[in-house]
Amino acid sequence: MNVRTFEAWRGKPLEEVLYECRELLEDMTFPTVRRWREAGGKVIGHFQVYFPEEIVHAAGILPFKVCGAPIETIHADSRFGSYLCSILKTSLELALSKRVEFDMFVTHPICDAARNLGAVWGRNFPYPCQILYLPQNANSPAAVTYLRNEYARLQRSIESIAGRPVKEDDLRRSLAVYNRNRTLLRQLYALKRTTPWLVSADEAYVLVALGGLMPPEEHNELLEAVLPEFAARPNKKQDKIRVVFEGGFCEQPPLDLIRAIARFCYVVDDDLLIGLRWILKDVPLEGDPLFNLALAYLENSSYSPVQHDLRKPKEKMLMERIRNSQADAAILTAAKMCEPGLEEQVAYLHALDKAGIPYFISEFEEKMTSFDHLEIQLETFVENILFN
Amino acid sequence: MSNGQPQDGIVGRGNREGADLFRQWFSELNRTAEQGGPSAYVFVMGSMCEILRTFDLPVVFPEINSLQMAVRRVAHEYLNQAEDYGYSPDICGYVKADVAVQLRGGEHPMGRIPKPSIAVLTNACNTYIKWAEIWERMYHIPVFTLDIPGTRAAGKQTWKGDPDFENDRRYVQAQISELITLCERVTGTRFDIDRLREAMRYANEMSRGWKKVLEFNKSRPSLFNALTDGTIYLGVANSFRGAPEGGRYFTNLVDEMAFKAARNIGTLTEEKYRLTFIGVPCYPIFRRFNELFTEWGGTFVHSTYLWFASGGTNLGFEYDLARPLESLAEGVLISVRDAMDSMFYQDRAILEMVDAFHLDGVVYHPIKSCRTTSTGMADNRRSVMAARDIPSLFIESDMMDRRVVGEAQMKNRIDAFFEGLASRKQQEATAQGAGEFQGREERTNGLHRRS
Repeated sequence: MNVRTFEAWRGKPLEEVLYECRELLEDMTFPTVRRWREAGGKVIGHFQVYFPEEIVHAAGILPFKVCGAPIETIHADSRFGSYLCSILKTSLELALSKRVEFDMFVTHPICDAARNLGAVWGRNFPYPCQILYLPQNANSPAAVTYLRNEYARLQRSIESIAGRPVKEDDLRRSLAVYNRNRTLLRQLYALKRTTPWLVSADEAYVLVALGGLMPPEEHNELLEAVLPEFAARPNKKQDKIRVVFEGGFCEQPPLDLIRAIARFCYVVDDDLLIGLRWILKDVPLEGDPLFNLALAYLENSSYSPVQHDLRKPKEKMLMERIRNSQADAAILTAAKMCEPGLEEQVAYLHALDKAGIPYFISEFEEKMTSFDHLEIQLETFVENILFN
Repeated sequence: MSNGQPQDGIVGRGNREGADLFRQWFSELNRTAEQGGPSAYVFVMGSMCEILRTFDLPVVFPEINSLQMAVRRVAHEYLNQAEDYGYSPDICGYVKADVAVQLRGGEHPMGRIPKPSIAVLTNACNTYIKWAEIWERMYHIPVFTLDIPGTRAAGKQTWKGDPDFENDRRYVQAQISELITLCERVTGTRFDIDRLREAMRYANEMSRGWKKVLEFNKSRPSLFNALTDGTIYLGVANSFRGAPEGGRYFTNLVDEMAFKAARNIGTLTEEKYRLTFIGVPCYPIFRRFNELFTEWGGTFVHSTYLWFASGGTNLGFEYDLARPLESLAEGVLISVRDAMDSMFYQDRAILEMVDAFHLDGVVYHPIKSCRTTSTGMADNRRSVMAARDIPSLFIESDMMDRRVVGEAQMKNRIDAFFEGLASRKQQEATAQGAGEFQGREERTNGLHRRS
């Protein structure tokens, strides 16, 4: 389907483009999805962290990244208990309140809470809701074939929604579109690392996040337009420390929190929306596309607290991220009540202590609106580093 | 015993033998720790004891160690220590209590816990994975994650012969082979398939027995309390899986249940209300929690805990010893999948249970520590209540942390629940009486008309 879902940015200077992007991301009526549906398109929602969007795209369906929202949980509260992260509740709220409407929903066993989501969603909506079992034993030689076949199973479900089969060439075309998208996102992150004064953490975040709610072709056009504009910005380097932000792999911090951090620091790398940047290299187009996609998930991928891989101890990966981005310090956050995130914090802080790297620890919730206290703490942390 | 029945050696034998076996198991762990011998850390959902026993690896269940600390009312000391180490108050209490045990060199209220030589876990609970990563960091031991794909959507389980099931089974079987190779490396012992068959035979005996025991509680009065007695049975089901004592224990337990059923010997509670318990028990006040129900004549005739915390042994899956590895993969896949289903899709099972077990109410106990069992509980309850007119109670607390257990508040809620049940019974009795009266009237009127 060739539908334009986001036109407001076209033909505008960079600052206005960024304004339009932010407006779109904060619009809880999700106009891109609405326009897609109005044109007769179907939508499949998929929960955090990673999802093989290529398979949905190849079927001509819009994949929508379900990653919560800063909204009140009027309907969803009655579906859950008290001791739970916010993202689960607000994600369900998005659908219950009909802010977004899906034809199918997929979740993953990323954590104890999220694995319940398939069943909860299934009891509340008439359309198919299922769990995609991404392998938790990434080290088994059998994992890649298993995952390839699990993708094939998912593809059959998607085909029944699309009402047509997905051919290998459809998948290859989608792989190519997403390879381009990943390349552009890598360029954006390279810019953050090398010249962070040209693109702030919140600007980069908005641009990445839009990839979760619009067709990838449109997202590619947007990134292709803004990347050269960033490079041409006249901004000057400021006296800010370089930090890595860790803890945004699932529930997303409020944009204003990212902006608050950006006021004091250059965020030179992070794990925000890591699922959209999970695969690190182009997926080959030759051969079996599903196998290639499965192999990329396991072998050419990033890390997160919700994927267990003996080759990627998370604290080692964090140290590598800090080293590669030449960061001075780390900001270790976790969403409130996020068990994997909170557990990983302990490993991170012990590793950072051992390496003598300063870090700032905090928790966040997507619905936070006040950052004064955090800003004061962060400012003190930064000053300690700058003046010691 | 209720009903004025005389005590007999067979009545209560399961509890006595279970307690003995449990102490014996802990003593052996203590001995292993003192001697510095190897051990395997495992979990209740997919312990892989069948394989580990083949290599003579003593099994340590950190979940059971942790709950013992709560039952013995010392959990808070361990939780505080782990929180001082950096762990959040908002994560699983089992994990934190175990971290403190490890930091104390294995010191536990029941003895000393040996250090692990290997950790084997499934993905039935994601916290298992994070937990094992802690041991990996502490001890640099091999950690093996046996990844078991679960049910993809409600009511969509696949079975043998289905291509999707076969994909899952091949994956599980390949991992089992990898686990065997790893165990050979860790222990320096060559794998003996006949010893595996032997362990699987004992596991079969246990599975057969466990399934029968659970079904026996359809009896009125119920033969055992699923919360208290059931937890003892669970202890044996886990710690002696694949061992001769485990098989024999459940065969004896079936005999005990048959004996009690034949003589209408129920639990200590005079049974007024038959309840099912959904979730993990409130271990910090374990005895008192149960009393809050039994004082009203409520007894737990069933619990999803007896399903998922036995790793799906409740299904009674029996291995085909002629093709042990393939059958082990099938059994582990089907059983652990069922354990996960009884946490995520329990609404269907509860609805089936209402009539089969003559239930008067459903008690949901979501806990702060466990998102796996608790996240979907409120929605499950909505689903059950929409489908069936059955009273239910929803009380939140914890299985480890007494800071989130409010006994007084809990009692208020439980009392109100029973008052509702009593009133409902009274209304039913009144309606029934009125119906009978009306029937008599109609019959009398008919007679009058005929006369």
